[in-house]
Amino acid sequence: MPPVLEVRNLTKRFPGITATDAVNFTLEAGEIHAFLGENGAGKSTLMNMLYGLYRPDEGQILLNGQVVQINGANDAIKRGLGMVHQHFMLVPTLTVTENIILGNEVVNGLLIDIASAQQRIRTLAQTFGLDIPVDALIHDLPVGVQQRVEIIKALYRGADILILDEPTAVLTPQEADDLFVVIKRLKAQGKSIIFISHKLREVLALADRISVLRRGKLVGDTTPALADEAKLASMMVGRDVVLHIEKSPATPGEVVLDISHLQVADERGNIAVSDVSLQIRRGEIVGIAGVQGNGQTELVAAVTGLINPLRGTIVVAGADITGQGTNRAIAAGMGHIPEDRQQHGLVLSYSIADNMVLSTYDIAPFAKGLIINEAAIAAQATTLVQRFDVRTGSIDALASTLSGGNQQKVVVARELARPLNLLVAAQPTRGLDVGSIEFIHKSIVAERDNGTGVLLVSAELDEILALADRILVMYRGQVIAEVAGADADRNQIGLLMAGITPTGAEA
Amino acid sequence: MSTPPPTPPTNGWRTWGGILLVPVLAIFTALVIGAIIIVATGADVLAAYGGLFMGAIGSPRAIAYTLVEATPYVFGGLAVLIGFRAGLFNIGVEGQIAVGSMCAVIVGAFVSLPPGLHAVVAFIAGALGGALWGAIPGWLRARTGAHEVITTIMFNYIAIRSTDYLIKVPFLDKESSSQRTPFIAEGAHLPFLFGPDYRLHAGFLIALVAAVATAWILKRTIIGFEIKTTGANPDAAHYAGMNVPRTIILTMALSGLMAGMAGASQVLGLEHNLKASFSAGYGFDSIAIALLAASNPIGVIPAAMFWGALRNGAGLMQLNSGISINLINIVQALVIAFVAADQIVRQIYRIRSARSAGVTLSRGWGR
Repeated sequence: MPPVLEVRNLTKRFPGITATDAVNFTLEAGEIHAFLGENGAGKSTLMNMLYGLYRPDEGQILLNGQVVQINGANDAIKRGLGMVHQHFMLVPTLTVTENIILGNEVVNGLLIDIASAQQRIRTLAQTFGLDIPVDALIHDLPVGVQQRVEIIKALYRGADILILDEPTAVLTPQEADDLFVVIKRLKAQGKSIIFISHKLREVLALADRISVLRRGKLVGDTTPALADEAKLASMMVGRDVVLHIEKSPATPGEVVLDISHLQVADERGNIAVSDVSLQIRRGEIVGIAGVQGNGQTELVAAVTGLINPLRGTIVVAGADITGQGTNRAIAAGMGHIPEDRQQHGLVLSYSIADNMVLSTYDIAPFAKGLIINEAAIAAQATTLVQRFDVRTGSIDALASTLSGGNQQKVVVARELARPLNLLVAAQPTRGLDVGSIEFIHKSIVAERDNGTGVLLVSAELDEILALADRILVMYRGQVIAEVAGADADRNQIGLLMAGITPTGAEA
Repeated sequence: MSTPPPTPPTNGWRTWGGILLVPVLAIFTALVIGAIIIVATGADVLAAYGGLFMGAIGSPRAIAYTLVEATPYVFGGLAVLIGFRAGLFNIGVEGQIAVGSMCAVIVGAFVSLPPGLHAVVAFIAGALGGALWGAIPGWLRARTGAHEVITTIMFNYIAIRSTDYLIKVPFLDKESSSQRTPFIAEGAHLPFLFGPDYRLHAGFLIALVAAVATAWILKRTIIGFEIKTTGANPDAAHYAGMNVPRTIILTMALSGLMAGMAGASQVLGLEHNLKASFSAGYGFDSIAIALLAASNPIGVIPAAMFWGALRNGAGLMQLNSGISINLINIVQALVIAFVAADQIVRQIYRIRSARSAGVTLSRGWGR
């Protein structure tokens, strides 16, 4: 029996870069094959070639032993390939059934035969243990259920090979566990799965075989039995990586952030933070754990002065800065690593040097009166580029030319360059490569050891567990629990993130 | 990760060549198409373009007249450009010029001050009038989100009709048969540089200083940094602690200040009074100047001179070849079309598409 999918010498070049370089792999029937790699390692390019979105420059794709040329997504679907993208391709205002049959409607005269479609969907759902409400509107469903809809959509179109692109990025740990059960059930029914991830733990738990991509090349082919997290990480990065951050116990000092009874509305006017009180002391990292969309973004926006809270007070190092804007927050000694570095943290069309002084351009030594001192800015940028290991040829290079990790290092360097009382770090390593994550984590811990209080918001539970001295769990706009970082239990926090408190009642 | 991406050159002749290439080729192409139109109408191309050339720069007097024509375009181009840099599209330059002219003429004709000082005060009054008229739409944008494109168009109507009324009723020169204000006092005149025959007045020198000052403000001051950052990424500006609403108001005021100077310079240097329905369309052509200059303050000077040359040379072109002056409007329109749609020029001349200059001309609605 030939493998269901085989790839031989697959190569794709873009101007100036070889995105995948002579990649070979096979996928057997009923196998879960995981692909690991940092951003830019070539995972997406590889998958897009399989799905017919890119034409390979060299090499062959074989389905069931036959060489095929895949012409676009429709052709891929016809040949039994299904893809679940990281960002779902669903129409929020349509029902589950409508989304699944979209473009593939069973027609009865001029009418769509909804009943027979729903019958088929129910059968599929039962076979694979995918519980979905067929008549619900997509936008009423939690993310985990939307993902199941995407999987059924692929199965409905006859997929035998499922490509799952970073499927757990948007899920709670419990939802991820549910997904793993589904994936194992799919495998048991003979489906073949390609599972793309950068989370080592998940890959080890789920995969039959693991391929590691680095700079377009397949650098490792292993199984969970033969590998561990450290080994996989060093394969991904090409050198040994410190996964566990060395940090001494926190020595908390005086209170540096005092939030009381904070209430914040989101952009649409809904209450996103309903009643939050918390304190952060000097020299400690307080992590806010929670599934995205439970009020963390609005909490950060209020603390950093971006939006005015409806109620409550924010005191930084003794100064009440509630509702007084970003400039006041900075003056009170606050640094902010924003969630979206490209939109909020950087001016992409500016040089690295100008980005390094984005919030200090108007004070000495970078300005004298109204006049900008370019020499001082260049000197500052040169120092920071070196200290924070920003990989660039020149401080005059535009921020847009940097990789994601280096862009984030520019933001971190700028914010940590001035003396801080409080650092607010929102998703500081989202989407970054392992090497940059390691560097940024070390920088945050070093800042804590300097006596700065740190408010860390992250959707990555691993990040919270690695860095936080205290962990607060946010759920539906409230802090529902506090756990000491040292004795935090991943399962317990996972349950809290889903709103399940130890008493058993939903919060 | 290990190999840093190559850094594009940020200065030197290559970049300058890159900036100049498209406008120069756009002008060339427009003139070629203009020639085809001339041939199509059966006229003599050489006589027409010879006339245009001689009329524009064929004699010292022609050159002086070209510079006189260019002066308001330098101010106006700077006004539009300053807005561009902050991501604002000030279409209200026309109205701001009207307010600036009116303020300058009121001070010039109805206030008495010592000669010289009179000119300075009248000029400042015109500049400030324009600044105020620009700042109001800026304030509306910053505080209420009302888009400046809409408000500045509306403010044009208000300004042009109001100045028309002021000229025709309260400030009408009752001794005159035409509808105009009285002449300004002799002491409020901007001096002629080479005597009245050449008409070139001190306003031209002020325009050159204004261009250099604008370049300096944008490059070397914290105000310029705030303007550019607001234009490039207002969110990042806000996150970094900049006061974005204040920057928007200030930018519109600065833009209006330039427009006000255009009006003041015309009134105090050249016209010496204001006629009813005087609108000259400088404000709208100024958008073209800013585009032609690729939003570079120094580039505004040659762009405005070219514009002035076309307008100034058109008369002799008509005389020599019988071609209508309106051909010049076609050529001007073509130049702007080619500069705005620079991809066309790049296609014709097979120029590799360069990195865009990174200047956001205007942002979307409602923020």
